[in-house]
Amino acid sequence: MTATADSNISRILKSHEEPILDEWMRDQMASFRQGGRISERELRGQSTEFLNLLQVALQTGTDVQAPAFNRVRDMLGDLSRARALQGFSPAETAIFVFSLKRPLFERFRQELGNDVRALADANWAATELLDKLGLYTTEVYQKGREEVISRQQQELLELSTPVVKLWEGVLALPMIGTLDSARTQVVMESLLQRIVETGAEIAIIDITGVPTVDTLTAQHLIKTVTAARLMGADCIISGIRPQIAQTIVHLGVDLADVSTKATLADAFRLALGRTGQTVARLARGT
Amino acid sequence: MPVRRTETLLIRTSADIVAARQIVRTWCVDVAFSLVDQTKMVTAASELARNTLDYGGGGTLLLEQLDEGTRRGVRLTFDDKGPGIPDIDRALQDGYTSGNGLGLGLGGARRLVNDFRISSTVGGGTTVVITRWK
Amino acid sequence: MDRIPILKMGDFLLVTIQVDMHDRLAVQLQDDLTARVSQTGARGVLMDISSLEIVDSFIGRMLANIAAMARVLAAQTVVVGMQPAVAITLVELGLTLPGVRTALNIEKGMALLNNSVAITLEPGSSHTRKDAGSPD
Repeated sequence: MTATADSNISRILKSHEEPILDEWMRDQMASFRQGGRISERELRGQSTEFLNLLQVALQTGTDVQAPAFNRVRDMLGDLSRARALQGFSPAETAIFVFSLKRPLFERFRQELGNDVRALADANWAATELLDKLGLYTTEVYQKGREEVISRQQQELLELSTPVVKLWEGVLALPMIGTLDSARTQVVMESLLQRIVETGAEIAIIDITGVPTVDTLTAQHLIKTVTAARLMGADCIISGIRPQIAQTIVHLGVDLADVSTKATLADAFRLALGRTGQTVARLARGT
Repeated sequence: MPVRRTETLLIRTSADIVAARQIVRTWCVDVAFSLVDQTKMVTAASELARNTLDYGGGGTLLLEQLDEGTRRGVRLTFDDKGPGIPDIDRALQDGYTSGNGLGLGLGGARRLVNDFRISSTVGGGTTVVITRWK
Repeated sequence: MDRIPILKMGDFLLVTIQVDMHDRLAVQLQDDLTARVSQTGARGVLMDISSLEIVDSFIGRMLANIAAMARVLAAQTVVVGMQPAVAITLVELGLTLPGVRTALNIEKGMALLNNSVAITLEPGSSHTRKDAGSPD
């Protein structure tokens, strides 16, 4: 069934290319409510290119995942991204493909009208094909959005948790906001990297600004301390609020091995002591 | 799951363990894993390659690059026709301090990857499949 | 066969691992180090792994073994320069390197060793070198 349907589609598209293109163009221009976002000339160029690539691909069948359809998918990918930049919604972009159905089916009816079975097969095969291609443009749009979000998240992460050098050999990592597993991992990796870069032997992880901690995050914190120790540095966790202390005990997380201090100031004093330093009040008159 | 490319490596000597580390590293770089993810995958591969050699009497490593459209990954299959593992659950639990001598490191390797599958029959050999996604 | 060089720096021995070691090389290193510590009466061993991109359980056990062996021969071992990615992976693996002290770099490693050695060398205590011909 599919072989005949495929070849019918290919043949009919080829022999009726001009009228199909014209009707398709008309339908598309009519569906754009806002004028001016895309010129007729540009649209005709895109439509013609799509039809050409489609014809070439159809010669080997209708499997859109096959290598024969690579160029079709690439073209649709570019189109989807360009349309997104031009301010089109993903639905509007998908209509580029879906609106090809009507003129195509009209030609199927003309050519295969007497053979009910062949007509049904061709309609179905073409529907499947164009549905998949239309949905593909939506996927590309989606992926583009996800990449933007991901990039912004990364930037936000870097901006919101800087590692600061408190003193010679002492780093501080003031964490603010809710710690989720992914964020904690990224931040911890950058802390360890900074330890290597600065040669700081002590890192104070201050969680005063963290409202809650879950098991996974608590475990990440401990893993970070362990990793720092393996490298030859040590961590002090400061700013543990009473609620978090309760949660940690409740979760059964073992903090026995890790130095903790109530405030960043206490942690700093401890860190100084460990590195053989202290803060002293100057004598009067100096 | 679409497999973009594959390669097979024989694990017969300890030099092959080094070769396995190096080729897995290259594949991880190709898929653009972060440095930490690369390190985890290569270390897991080293552990499993060593198991294949020391415990399985030698075997093969099959590398596959996976492409699911939205994400890419690397899948490694370690296969041997050795004695097999009688108690897999216990082997997965054992840590390095348990001192049972086997030192299989399976539990550790499992924590380093996103997907971990193992099948083993006594007298029939062992197959371990690990996958890491970008 | 290629061997990993062991440098003598005063009272200490320095080993810099720069290659991806195969098992035989690692075992060879253990043997070589044991012999050198014994020969020289070194008080400390510095293992520089700042170039090592992978530490698996075998290498980890090697490091722990070296530390244990050195301790028997009255020497301290410090492993320096572990890369963050390696540290993170070891923690995930559950490998703890028991008996192994660590430092961020060679300089700090030597300071650590000097402090440890200084503590054990109080005035009046005896300390013999295996190769020295000097009387106690």
